[in-house]
Amino acid sequence: MRRTPLILALVTVSAVAACGDKSDDTAASAGGPIAVKASDTACEVGKNTLDAGTHVFQIANSGNKVTEFYVYAAGDRVMGEVENITPGLSRELRVELPAGTYQTACKPGMIGAGIRADLTVSGSAAPLTEDAALAQATESYSRYITSQSEALVEKTTDFVTAVKGGDIEKSKTLFPIARTYYERIEPVAEIFGDLDPKIDGREDDATAELPFSGFHKIEKDLWATKDISKDGPVADQLLTDVKEVVAKAKAEKLSPLQLANGAKELLDEVANSKITGEEDRYSHTDLWDFAANVDGSQAAVAALRPALEQRNPDLVKQIDTAFTNVDNELAKYRVGDGWKYQNELSQTELKGLSDVINALAEPISKIAGVIAQK
Amino acid sequence: MSSSQVSRRRAIALAGAGVAGVAGAAAIGGALARQDSAPSAAPVADQVAFYGPVQAGIVTPAQDRLHFVAFDVLTKDRDRLIQLLKDWTAAAARMTAGKDAGEVGAVAGILEAPPDDTGEAIGLPAAGLTITIGFGPTLFRDATGKDRFGLAARKPAALADLPHFPGDTIDAALSAGDIGVQACANDPQVAVHAIRNLARIGMGVVSVRWSQLGFGRTSSTSTTQATPRNLFGFKDGTANLKAEETDLLREHLWAATGDGPEWMAGGSYMVTRKIRMLIETWDRTSLGEQEDIVGRTKGEGAPIGQGQEFDEPDLTSTSILADAHVRLAHPTTNSGAHLLRRGYNFVDGSDGLGRLNAGLFFIAYQRDPRTHFVPIQLNLARHDAMNEYLRHVSSGLFACPPGVSGPDDYWGRALFA
Repeated sequence: MRRTPLILALVTVSAVAACGDKSDDTAASAGGPIAVKASDTACEVGKNTLDAGTHVFQIANSGNKVTEFYVYAAGDRVMGEVENITPGLSRELRVELPAGTYQTACKPGMIGAGIRADLTVSGSAAPLTEDAALAQATESYSRYITSQSEALVEKTTDFVTAVKGGDIEKSKTLFPIARTYYERIEPVAEIFGDLDPKIDGREDDATAELPFSGFHKIEKDLWATKDISKDGPVADQLLTDVKEVVAKAKAEKLSPLQLANGAKELLDEVANSKITGEEDRYSHTDLWDFAANVDGSQAAVAALRPALEQRNPDLVKQIDTAFTNVDNELAKYRVGDGWKYQNELSQTELKGLSDVINALAEPISKIAGVIAQK
Repeated sequence: MSSSQVSRRRAIALAGAGVAGVAGAAAIGGALARQDSAPSAAPVADQVAFYGPVQAGIVTPAQDRLHFVAFDVLTKDRDRLIQLLKDWTAAAARMTAGKDAGEVGAVAGILEAPPDDTGEAIGLPAAGLTITIGFGPTLFRDATGKDRFGLAARKPAALADLPHFPGDTIDAALSAGDIGVQACANDPQVAVHAIRNLARIGMGVVSVRWSQLGFGRTSSTSTTQATPRNLFGFKDGTANLKAEETDLLREHLWAATGDGPEWMAGGSYMVTRKIRMLIETWDRTSLGEQEDIVGRTKGEGAPIGQGQEFDEPDLTSTSILADAHVRLAHPTTNSGAHLLRRGYNFVDGSDGLGRLNAGLFFIAYQRDPRTHFVPIQLNLARHDAMNEYLRHVSSGLFACPPGVSGPDDYWGRALFA
């Protein structure tokens, strides 16, 4: 409990709007910010060895694609990340790194494993006790929620602006991207009563008290009725609800058991409504949601990783392999920075996706039991 | 370990001891009395031995219910496949003994973890459950000819792909498979529970390709059983191979040393065919024509021209028509070949055109399909008057290895040795 406020303070991600500032500032002297030169094809990190402690990375995106920057511990456990670095923009990431080996990654286009480099942090590092490993899981996942939430608000704002401006094509492009951030953190969002149904409810879930609204109402108007002229209030309400869910999500501390169940629930989402095309039935952008759910599941598992490695290393290996298989299967349907539409996949291709998700979800369903054991 | 040793029946009895209230105790007592009223020759009367020289579920008197599943193997890792076969064998040994699929059980584990048994068979007896496994041609070589697990040299010649038979309307998605598993029981829920738990244990290593439920046996595999009826309303399997016919079984059912690879000695080859019956048009066919097509009477099941079901058909007589089913399927028409049939009636709802999607899920075991099922089916497919009312929609072929000798053995051990 005592550590929590400290960690929150440490992982504050500050976005510095620096449009136009493309100077190749490589100052990064000892103690200063570490420059990260990100482009569509490269990710040059100013240093590859650091002393244990808090460091600031300054990421400048000189490419044409929106990028993200991550510092990963083993198994892609997120130590810090900054999302949605648009071309020309520069952002800061402040992250506390105990001694160990890490990887940095830029993700131009915001998908895939990204452009990786090793990062070694020296200093003394005492092995974690089991309890400390579990306590870290909560903190680690909080960092993930924080960065995802901020990107969610930014991208939803863009989407809502396009909808209110009547720009159908732009709205269609932004729809799956804004949803990506929501789908990654959906297990947290679902904690807060009516907010998830208001944001993400489907037409057949609507009731007199909770009429059809949110992302899917606008989706229907974009793709099916092709008329968004009356969606201004729906769009405004969506942004209000997203901001509220984000505020609550950032304040929420998920227990290790909640994380384990969240990781499983995200895959259940994939199996039950993304592979079938039920979720995005008008736009057929289900594979964006699919990838986002898998990302979110992986982040939750990664947060638990130190504890899992102590208790059941075989399960960790099994899950790692299964995640790789999902990534490889999904990669078959990548189109540019996005994905094929769900209704473009054959039954055999959908079964291939279903098989790898089942293969992953079964070992992931065992995590909760491992965590719960004393 | 403690809970794994407790059968589902016993678990209920133990639970009963803790149930307060007359109604609860009476209900449980009643259930036990019902189950225990069966003859008590074996410790659990409705349990079929899992271990033995041959797999159970072949000459075992045909149970009433079927759940059949065909799996595709997903993994490329031979060791993972072997581990799955070991895990499956252990789960099958437990389930056929009326126990839970996993060692912990459906309700004995911690609340935070999913149970290692799915639970729908809690309180149900073993119900004569047998689980029988077979390996399909594609396990040895895939469609491109690749030797997937180093087994190609051990593929029996008898496991050659079945030919296309005249009139076949086979749906590839409902056919073949790397591994076939037949679960038979006298309670449909017990059969479904068995397949469901095997599929779950196999997640990530195998994937369900297709599966089929059967609700009523259409063959007798023992002289102790009455002959059942198929959905044409006729007795089916009168002339089937039976468990008591040991000489015929040796000659026609079991693969022997010298037939092919040694790992199949004591095994048998299983052919599956899902045969849709065009029920509605059959039902408006006259009784006389129905009997002519089958070559037997509908009531008694006697061959045309005879009085009793088990009378031998007189194939020299023209009263059994040239295209009658009984004539074309008879061993004397097929170089003496006998099959052990073990099929089940199915109704998969209706077909959207107001017709029952119904028929026979045909299963036949034999020593060599090339000398048994293939020539018989070629003969039937070319000439059988019944074809007007039949559509073969699925086809499968599996090499079923010999039995599992004990807890240290597993399905297919000799194949992978």
